[in-house]
Amino acid sequence: MAEDITPLLRVTDLKVHFPVAGEGFGASKSVVKAVDGVSFDVRAGETLAIVGESGCGKSTTGNAILGLNPVTSGRIEFEGRDMASLTRAERAAQWRDLQVVFQDPVSALNPKRTIGQSIEEPLAIQRVPAADRRARVAEVMSLVGLNPSQRDRFPNELSGGQRQRVVIARALAYQPKLIVCDEPVSALDVSIQSQILNLLLKLQQDLGLALLFISHDLSVVRHLADRIAVMYLGHVVEIAETQTLFDSPEHPYTQALLSAVPQPDPRAERNRRTILLEGDLPSPIDPPKGCPFVTRCPIREARCATDRPRLEPIRPGQQVSCWVRAGA
Amino acid sequence: MTEPTLQISGLQVQVGPHKVIDGVDITVQPGQIVALVGESGSGKSLTALSIMGLLGGKLRNAGGTITLSGTPLEHTSDAAMRRLRGQRISMIFQEPVASLNPLLSVGAQVGESLVAHGKADAGSAWSRAVQMLRDVGIPEPEKRARQLPSQLSGGMCQRVMIASALIARPELLIADEPTTALDVTIQAQILELMRRLREQTGTSILFITHDLGVVASLADRVCVMYGGRIVEQADVDDLFDNPAHPYTRMLLATIPRVDSPRKQPLFSIPGTVPDHDDWPQGCRFRTRCPLAGDACLQTPPLEPKAAGHLAACWHSDKVAGMIDHG
Repeated sequence: MAEDITPLLRVTDLKVHFPVAGEGFGASKSVVKAVDGVSFDVRAGETLAIVGESGCGKSTTGNAILGLNPVTSGRIEFEGRDMASLTRAERAAQWRDLQVVFQDPVSALNPKRTIGQSIEEPLAIQRVPAADRRARVAEVMSLVGLNPSQRDRFPNELSGGQRQRVVIARALAYQPKLIVCDEPVSALDVSIQSQILNLLLKLQQDLGLALLFISHDLSVVRHLADRIAVMYLGHVVEIAETQTLFDSPEHPYTQALLSAVPQPDPRAERNRRTILLEGDLPSPIDPPKGCPFVTRCPIREARCATDRPRLEPIRPGQQVSCWVRAGA
Repeated sequence: MTEPTLQISGLQVQVGPHKVIDGVDITVQPGQIVALVGESGSGKSLTALSIMGLLGGKLRNAGGTITLSGTPLEHTSDAAMRRLRGQRISMIFQEPVASLNPLLSVGAQVGESLVAHGKADAGSAWSRAVQMLRDVGIPEPEKRARQLPSQLSGGMCQRVMIASALIARPELLIADEPTTALDVTIQAQILELMRRLREQTGTSILFITHDLGVVASLADRVCVMYGGRIVEQADVDDLFDNPAHPYTRMLLATIPRVDSPRKQPLFSIPGTVPDHDDWPQGCRFRTRCPLAGDACLQTPPLEPKAAGHLAACWHSDKVAGMIDHG
């Protein structure tokens, strides 16, 4: 097993809480517990997906790793070094290794810069000589399937899929070790999605990149990820190798989530049994005391309302946070 | 034979000289759920707005007829259309929160169409609204009816939209991507609700979506749109089993499925959807189509390829063998 090797990224008991004004005049301030004790590793060259529905904290987790959200408590270590302990200069240097691709390529690119300038910018910030920068821009443009002769085009002259290729090229410019991809294909049309997924797959295989792939789309995640962490209301409720998670999901939320995805097969759809969950996501301002899923859980027991379960191994490569499934 | 709930023939919509909808034919039978599928820019939402008589700005209806249970729709008359909307045809949209009035209680909004059409006074409209909220699965409907949309979740707001669309028992409900903005577990609830309401009320539904999983799960019949035209139309099983248009065939091949091999390259359609002012002459898919030939410079008609199965392609017979899944 690879447990003794330092992972590329290690997140330990991460909490991100945001203060918000209370409801009503004069009400006291309350706290949104967007991420409330999340731990996972990303190994070099692997794809870890974080899945969950809106408000589960998956993007907040990604943003905390990127330094875009303040961290309330917990540790984020990159190659064994605690990111909170880095000096400004060390932190800046780390941006070479850690990059990001967001959902919407339109807002991720400066409309007044050519795509060549946008791709070149991180290299300029890292003080790469101008001649080398030009060569590298051409190189990464080819890598992502853009013709380097398009470098003087502006984002509005490109299609959505091409713009996302530009964003990916910019993320690759400095040969990162990890790219955080936050819903990278969700804004794209179906016929374009597969082009970008194929590109990410190929880049990862060719360059040995690790991806932290944040998505709500389980079919996409199944295709791309080595392991999957399922988040609900600020917590990881299950983490497993991809095939294991799809073959034998253990957490009742994971089971409901997997059963809810409609498949492009009318006959299978007619026979499908969807586990319909009652109600909606509880407010992250006032989450349940015990298990975060207790209010909607079809198999809850008395202790689920009072005691918070932890992630426990249930079979090789699979951990679940559930008193009923894995409680001792 | 019973009259179809909705019959669209030869619909055309223009922006300046460009035909953004170019000869669309759709039939929805009573109690049927017809899915209208396409990517952004294919014209599916414009088709819906045309039916409702809600084209605005530079868009204008440039031809074709639309009949609702045999009644031709008079899009030229605002008053005539207003009598139909919310009464005989209703529409729900992708963004439920943006579609609701933030300053009006949801009960008042659900009952509004009854009052507006003189079908009920405020008091009885309120009690019917509460009943309707219960029918769409909103817990504690008496309490919820008094609340504002901002006090409800997105999934609840979409239930409120559905309640207000269906309270007058319309013949036709047009649903434009009603679950796209919702989470998948909430989407499952809404799809289940639409199935149940169709069983109970017999309302016909024109369901607009880009999600082929949702199509497979909900639709009886499917119309596939590309470039402002219907390129294929068939019953749902037939469409997924035997697609007769290359675009449909390729679209089905691009989606990762729960049983497809992981980490293998997915099939992808070359190129991108051209803008509406840049569509190729003849078949509009030909610039991205591996089967395209000289014949495709002529626009292929939407014609029967098998019983109940229409496609607009000169090379339908080659579609089955076009993708090698080796």
